[in-house]
Amino acid sequence: MLAFTVRRAIQAIGVMIAVGIISFSMFRFAGDPVNQMVSMDTSGAERAAIRQSLGLDDPVIVQFGRYVANAAQFKFGVSYQFRLPVSQLLSERMPATLELAICATIFAMVCGILMGVYSALRRDSWLTHAFQAISLIGISLPTFLIGILLIYLFSVTLGWLPSFGRGEVVRIGWWTTGLLTLSGLKALIMPSVTLGLFQLTLIMRLVRAEMLEVMRTDYIRFARARGLTTRAIHFGHALRNTLVPVITVAGLQFGSVIAFAIITETVFQWPGMGLLFVQAVQNVDIPIMAAYLMMVSLIFVTINLVVDILYTIVDPRLRSTVSRAH
Amino acid sequence: MTEPVLSVRNLQVEFASRRGTLRAIDGVSFDIAKGEVLGVVGESGAGKSVTGLSVIGLIDPPGRIAGGEIHLSGLRIDNLPPEEMRRIRGKRIGMIFQDPLTSLNPLYRIGDQIVETIRTHLDLSEQAARRRAIDLLAEVGIPAPEKRIDGYPHEFSGGMRQRVVIALAICAEPELIIADEPTTALDVSVQAQIISLIKRLGRDHGTAVMLVTHDMGVIAETSDRVAVMYAGRVAEIGPVQDVVKTPLHPYAKGLMGAIPTLAGDDKRLVQIPGSMPRLSAIPRGCSFNPRCAFAFDRCRVERPDPLPRGAQSVACHLYDAVPTESAA
Repeated sequence: MLAFTVRRAIQAIGVMIAVGIISFSMFRFAGDPVNQMVSMDTSGAERAAIRQSLGLDDPVIVQFGRYVANAAQFKFGVSYQFRLPVSQLLSERMPATLELAICATIFAMVCGILMGVYSALRRDSWLTHAFQAISLIGISLPTFLIGILLIYLFSVTLGWLPSFGRGEVVRIGWWTTGLLTLSGLKALIMPSVTLGLFQLTLIMRLVRAEMLEVMRTDYIRFARARGLTTRAIHFGHALRNTLVPVITVAGLQFGSVIAFAIITETVFQWPGMGLLFVQAVQNVDIPIMAAYLMMVSLIFVTINLVVDILYTIVDPRLRSTVSRAH
Repeated sequence: MTEPVLSVRNLQVEFASRRGTLRAIDGVSFDIAKGEVLGVVGESGAGKSVTGLSVIGLIDPPGRIAGGEIHLSGLRIDNLPPEEMRRIRGKRIGMIFQDPLTSLNPLYRIGDQIVETIRTHLDLSEQAARRRAIDLLAEVGIPAPEKRIDGYPHEFSGGMRQRVVIALAICAEPELIIADEPTTALDVSVQAQIISLIKRLGRDHGTAVMLVTHDMGVIAETSDRVAVMYAGRVAEIGPVQDVVKTPLHPYAKGLMGAIPTLAGDDKRLVQIPGSMPRLSAIPRGCSFNPRCAFAFDRCRVERPDPLPRGAQSVACHLYDAVPTESAA
């Protein structure tokens, strides 16, 4: 078990180094950074001095080593547009994005599993057909359109929810949270629904298909022959077996929730990392783009690792194959 | 004579399909007494498993019990509401399925599955149920049960898993055990152990056993009586010695003739020509008549009813001394 975790962690570090190479090369392909820092009338000698001070004269491999060493300490240089350290900008924005992503995922998981289980157990109820219709909408409508429609309905027409921003936030240490104020919570609803709707439909369809599959297995038939209550069979036996693939998908989807947050954050002007990234792209702010790339990959890799470990907790069969393999 | 544990009368099971209603079980009747093992034998699709499933009330739609009655120790159970039938399953009727590898939920320790079943049916504390589970595992022959109880199904071999399944089936001391091909998925050497285990449990607890199999060897070894099924009907039923030694129904004769012996005579095994009809194309009259060497006109028009013949009962016109006028 420990050996398994260590091996997966080493693989994760390998992935992060590869991502580091890509994000490092962004600087080199996107032109001379010195040109973007200085004005038109800077002399050649001054440019050379800046180049020297930034270490751009050193061999590429040395520069890369320095880049990775800094990145490992979350130092990503200084943003061209804001003239502030990128790590400071990101850490200011990260709580907003993480809160949004977590709320969206919880929304998607809870509703998706409930709707999936219901539609698998009551195959012919009208509510099941309604869920199927909603899931079709969730899968086929683009995120930005859903966001705009929600804003039109709940902000413009009904005036219930704010159309943009995070509302009031409370600062706890370096973390800012919108979960503790009413306006913060209200501001969180629409972006979470928008961001989570796609995952919700995905999870609902997956749970439904898996549940139908599991209900046909011999051990469910045997559980019925043992006279267990319907409740115990559905929620004790069938649902737990259904959750194995759901954990994988939901876990991996959490990464893309953060990545997709770019669109949702733009629509709702949510002050998170995604919005920062979009602004950085518009202004060719490479340090932010490179750092964002590193952050998102770190999140993806971490989630993968956690999902692998969670697997072995849910499914005892994997525990023994894992320990046998080492 | 005491009341039989299980009494099935004129059972009919139908499956609705696109090509109309198919009758999988058509007028099956039999009794099983306390402590008796009834073997149910026949080809695949003869309706053996469906009979077992209808007794325990697990026929899934589109199938349904269309007629007849099932009594468990005098209580009619074929028309009970689902919740009352659920209370009987596992408590008064235990069931063992064919494949022990897939009968247990892979994500739960076997002990949890046994304790769960015990506590569903008996009013016992967690500790008492666990002690009972350990005793049960010991009784079905699992070594070191106090350790193995915390194992997961995948840590057990096929034979050991079938023992766990049996422990689950008997954990509430049922009056009746339905064993649906309990040895088919197992190695031959393990088969014998499982069979003698089922036999011993039936004897020790006075449990009635309905043993569904297509293996005549298993039947001959285990059963007190045997029912030979063909195309959803009972062709012949009687004490196992009689049916094996002197089968009456031409189909039963064919079946017994198809068992290889070790006696060394190099006669060819008897084959029954043709195959069992599909449910959608069961012939008129006796359903066996197209394959029967002794068939005569009456067999093609009139369906034979079971006739007592000593201790045996056979559904065949050959044994009906006085043909009725309806034969035309």
